[in-house]
Amino acid sequence: MGGITLRLTMPPEPLMPLPVYRAEIYITLKPSVLDPAGTAITKGLQQQQYEGVQQVRIGKYIELTLTAPDPATAHAQVERMCQEVLTNPVIETYRFTLEAGA
Amino acid sequence: MKCAIVVFPGSNCDRDMAWVTEHILQQPTRLVWHGETDLGEADLVILPGGFSYGDYLRCGVLARFSPVMGAVVRHAEAGKWVLGVCNGFQILTEAGLLPGTLMRNRDLRFICDQVAVRVERRDLPWTCQYYVHQVLTLPIAHGEGCYYAEPAVLHELEQGRQIVFRYHGVNPNGSVADIAGICNPQGNVLGMMPHPERASDANLGGTDGLGLFQGLLAWYAKNACCRLSL
Repeated sequence: MGGITLRLTMPPEPLMPLPVYRAEIYITLKPSVLDPAGTAITKGLQQQQYEGVQQVRIGKYIELTLTAPDPATAHAQVERMCQEVLTNPVIETYRFTLEAGA
Repeated sequence: MKCAIVVFPGSNCDRDMAWVTEHILQQPTRLVWHGETDLGEADLVILPGGFSYGDYLRCGVLARFSPVMGAVVRHAEAGKWVLGVCNGFQILTEAGLLPGTLMRNRDLRFICDQVAVRVERRDLPWTCQYYVHQVLTLPIAHGEGCYYAEPAVLHELEQGRQIVFRYHGVNPNGSVADIAGICNPQGNVLGMMPHPERASDANLGGTDGLGLFQGLLAWYAKNACCRLSL
């Protein structure tokens, strides 16, 4: 038996899963915006003998994980999510940290 | 005057609105599920009150991404009428159709009450059945109704006569400039925290809100369309 040649083709390269990034997002009210809930808590703390408390401002904390080809893309995506959805630019500001791994 | 009332998951004033437009005004009315993308031939689009998407993240923000909102924005940009009441007002600000935002009430409590609301101008379809500085009694029911805008934006609103309704006497929620309702510069998009639809049927104890809907109908009859012809 001859003449049969087996042509071995390499199986397609398995797609590398995109790396996972984890963002921790802090949303706070702009300094110019009144925070009545924060003011109520300030008074409550002062009445609990924490007289040294000067000001309480309440914000939001969001953790999210996402996949992206590289850190710069992940950063840009989180930035856009913050601007378009997660915060209201009329009253809020934000900052976030980003690290690789879930 | 064809009316389309958008129903988001969590809307709860949609049927009150339909009662006014369909039964009291006798106008063709369609309830439009938020997943639809076509408002048909609607002249008036209403975003009703409620708690769309459970008010998660911020009131109105998630509703803004509903499929129907593209059509609502196009409707507004075509100069046709858009009314947002309560949660509908919050959605209009989140969608950028009206400036500013609605924050937590000054005293941190949900308020369900009847309040005095003053009409600031009557040269709009929304208010043409009232007189200037007429004081209406309208229900409010909200936890986040404290209107806020930066001073520059507020100045623009005042200069452009975009403040259509103000609280009169008592400001229930701490809104800047006592704002209860504003319109866009063109006047075809109106957002307001008080509920005119809950004050349109005499059986419910008051009809001060009915004039708003009758104004639209009168304007429509006169101009044979819903555009503003100022």
